[in-house]
Amino acid sequence: MAVADPIEELIALMAKLPGLGPRSARRAVLHLIRKRSLLLHPLADAMQVVAETARECLNCGNVGTADICDICANEARENGELCVVEDVADLWAMERSGVFKGRYHVLGGTLSALDSVGPEDLGIPRLMDRVTTEAISEVILALNATVDGQTTAHYIADQLEGRVRLTSLAQGVPIGGELDYLDDGTISAAMRARKDL
Amino acid sequence: MDWRDTGILLTVRRHGEAAAIIDVFTESHGRHAGVVPGGAGRRLSPLLQPGAQLDVSWRARLEDHIGTYTVEPQRSRAAAALSGRLALAGLNAVTALLAFTLPEREVHPALYARTEPLLDLLGNDDLWPLAYLRWELALLEELGFGLDLTACAVTGATEGLAYVSPRTGRAVSRAGAGDWADRLLPLPPILRGEGDAGDAEIAEAFRTTGHFLEHRVAPALGNKPLPEARARFVDLFSRRSARS
Repeated sequence: MAVADPIEELIALMAKLPGLGPRSARRAVLHLIRKRSLLLHPLADAMQVVAETARECLNCGNVGTADICDICANEARENGELCVVEDVADLWAMERSGVFKGRYHVLGGTLSALDSVGPEDLGIPRLMDRVTTEAISEVILALNATVDGQTTAHYIADQLEGRVRLTSLAQGVPIGGELDYLDDGTISAAMRARKDL
Repeated sequence: MDWRDTGILLTVRRHGEAAAIIDVFTESHGRHAGVVPGGAGRRLSPLLQPGAQLDVSWRARLEDHIGTYTVEPQRSRAAAALSGRLALAGLNAVTALLAFTLPEREVHPALYARTEPLLDLLGNDDLWPLAYLRWELALLEELGFGLDLTACAVTGATEGLAYVSPRTGRAVSRAGAGDWADRLLPLPPILRGEGDAGDAEIAEAFRTTGHFLEHRVAPALGNKPLPEARARFVDLFSRRSARS
């Protein structure tokens, strides 16, 4: 039986990563081998640690290295405001902006009849529990401005109506956006959400 | 094989890293799927939202291949749909029912002609529920489960029609119903194109059309449950009509 070449195996695995194909994976592996002490060993060590410790936060669904993630465990963060996001990547994007100092809840997707994704699959019952047990006064629905994202937002809003203040992110012209390059849906949304100067 | 058509985007599924498989209800080729290279990318994904009106070019080596689409957006309906809860639920109901009920690559020009103006009305919450009800009746007709509400199935009378037979979809008069009245479905005047089209009456009519979608159309399609999106829209509308 032929033993697989470990380098070829590494290339094949790297080629499965988002944004990489077989050629770019080959280039990346070659680069790692050339920078063995600077990159390959630290990367292998870091991957080993992450493989052993990475897990989903039992409270909010964020990814961390403990049962309760850093954000949930941070006592300095404000209580009472809960920001609901679709995915961990969205949570990280919100954190990069630094504007929100409250707590998060990661759904892990959107409702989809096509893919048989229902409220239980998204941990929406857990969200309802958190609103009660953590004395949440405002739920910010920071879901994507897509049909699926907003359908999910409205479903959650229906479940929470009358219990807490419900808000959602504004929709419209992005910072640095030029009207000429925007699609008509974004321009319509921006017109509807116009404000006094 | 290639053709060009206009159509309404029904569903989008990610395919691989950057492509998407879309299902489009086209005017001359029916419900037709195809791959859009780059469809899940940053440039195209905002345009590929369900309900969008697209100019599509389909190309494949063989007729039965899934083929690839080149899409050009004609108009987006996302902003109108995202502007309100009822509009969004309505859009989901229409796209889900079309994707659920229509066989692939079967042409339905009459239904298409009714669907496009219906979606253009999205955001007009006063007119939309009635337009949607008329569209559901047209959908039932197109699928071979049309309601015959011209005369009583029992007596032949054309006056005093108050019920619909859940089995045949034919109208039944009050006199003809007799003791069976509680087993029949309501026939609000709006189903016959009469009356003032109040919200309560439209909600009652949804009960009747819903019965045929659920108990006639769905079993004929392999006994899959009707998409939840329709129930969500009807529930939302019924709550609105109960409040007003």
